[in-house]
Amino acid sequence: MYSVNYHRASSVADAAKQLKTGDAKLLSGGMTLIPAMKTRLAAPSDLVDVSRLKDLQGVKVSGKTVTIGAATTHYDVSADEKLKKACPALAHMASLIGDPAVRHKGTIGGSIANNDPAADYPAALLALGATIVTNKREIAADKFFKGLFETALKDGEIITAVSFTAPAKAAYQKFRNPASRYAIVGVFVAKGKDGVRAAVTGAGEDGVFRSKEVEAALTKSFEAAALDGLKVSAKGLMSDLHASADYRANLISVMAKRAVAAANA
Amino acid sequence: MSDVSLTVNGKRVSGSAEDRTLLVHFLREHLGLTGTHVGCDTSQCGACVVHVDGRAVKSCSMLAIQASGSTVVTIEGLANGADLHPVQAAFKEHHGLQCGFCTPGMIMTATDMIARHPEGLDEPTVRAELEGNICRCTGYHNIVKAILAASETMSKGAKGKAKQAA
Repeated sequence: MYSVNYHRASSVADAAKQLKTGDAKLLSGGMTLIPAMKTRLAAPSDLVDVSRLKDLQGVKVSGKTVTIGAATTHYDVSADEKLKKACPALAHMASLIGDPAVRHKGTIGGSIANNDPAADYPAALLALGATIVTNKREIAADKFFKGLFETALKDGEIITAVSFTAPAKAAYQKFRNPASRYAIVGVFVAKGKDGVRAAVTGAGEDGVFRSKEVEAALTKSFEAAALDGLKVSAKGLMSDLHASADYRANLISVMAKRAVAAANA
Repeated sequence: MSDVSLTVNGKRVSGSAEDRTLLVHFLREHLGLTGTHVGCDTSQCGACVVHVDGRAVKSCSMLAIQASGSTVVTIEGLANGADLHPVQAAFKEHHGLQCGFCTPGMIMTATDMIARHPEGLDEPTVRAELEGNICRCTGYHNIVKAILAASETMSKGAKGKAKQAA
């Protein structure tokens, strides 16, 4: 790792100020950033640690509205009793990220700011039609995830929370790479007040996306059988040594089917 | 350089370290606590697992300065003098190790896992919870047996204490 200067932010405003130093980066759980710095894929001059800010911690459920602080760890999301009642699918999804030690450190804000094309949270937030709250504005998930490791965040902008309306039904299923355990394909389906949304991670050349084919079929009938024989187009899907685009396309309908079955269970 | 202050295994310690110093290197090289191992150095293998503020984390993926102010428990902090911690005793009893390199991380993960599952553990849960710890000798079988046995011993111990308190 190259030399770096560490700052522990005392507030979100302080973090925004510190971010103006050199080539500074925000540090939350560090489960991607620290390994990337160790391999010198990332070399920020300064790190601004927001992981201890109390304002960014915890899950709040008020009626159907769920708000999760950006520095809430995957473990805390997975274990939150209020969330398990309001949106068990999201708590379950969080329990599938990485391993226990990674879930104890990694945060929801860090995951979506990084927007890894195989990360789980982007699919969940896109399917839930979530709002990403920053220190400057609110951004709809539909406009937030821009491409591989790319988001709508501007320089100096800090995610403070995400919020969404709990759906009537939802579930997430992923097909893991057996070695890295990242999603080769992950599908999050949600049936809410705005209809059915299905978001896919791990497969898109431009990162997370909504599957029109799956959504159209499930809008007619939110049943696993509605996806029988569904052909998902391989256009725009990744091909790599782990899986071809055609294989991923097939996995999208399989994972969507399993997710709907789980959501209806 | 920054000052790093920690409570490690019940003792307050401090030292000066570069900001890029990883927690595992601070523990091993500054404090001489070499029970915590560096295996893969890429946050896959779990040989470096320690507890920070009561939670199992990979100390190769965290800066020492990030942990400053926190309470850390390493493998050296588990035994009570010559008395092994129940998880250590179970690993010995069930032959949960061969070369021993992964063992400190396995035991720190196991103690955290048992603490998070006071209702008890079953084999699929133990295997799923060991996702982030790699052992290249045992095939995991005896590790799983040891953790299940320790979980049972510790829940009996907790019930015994509760009875005493009542």
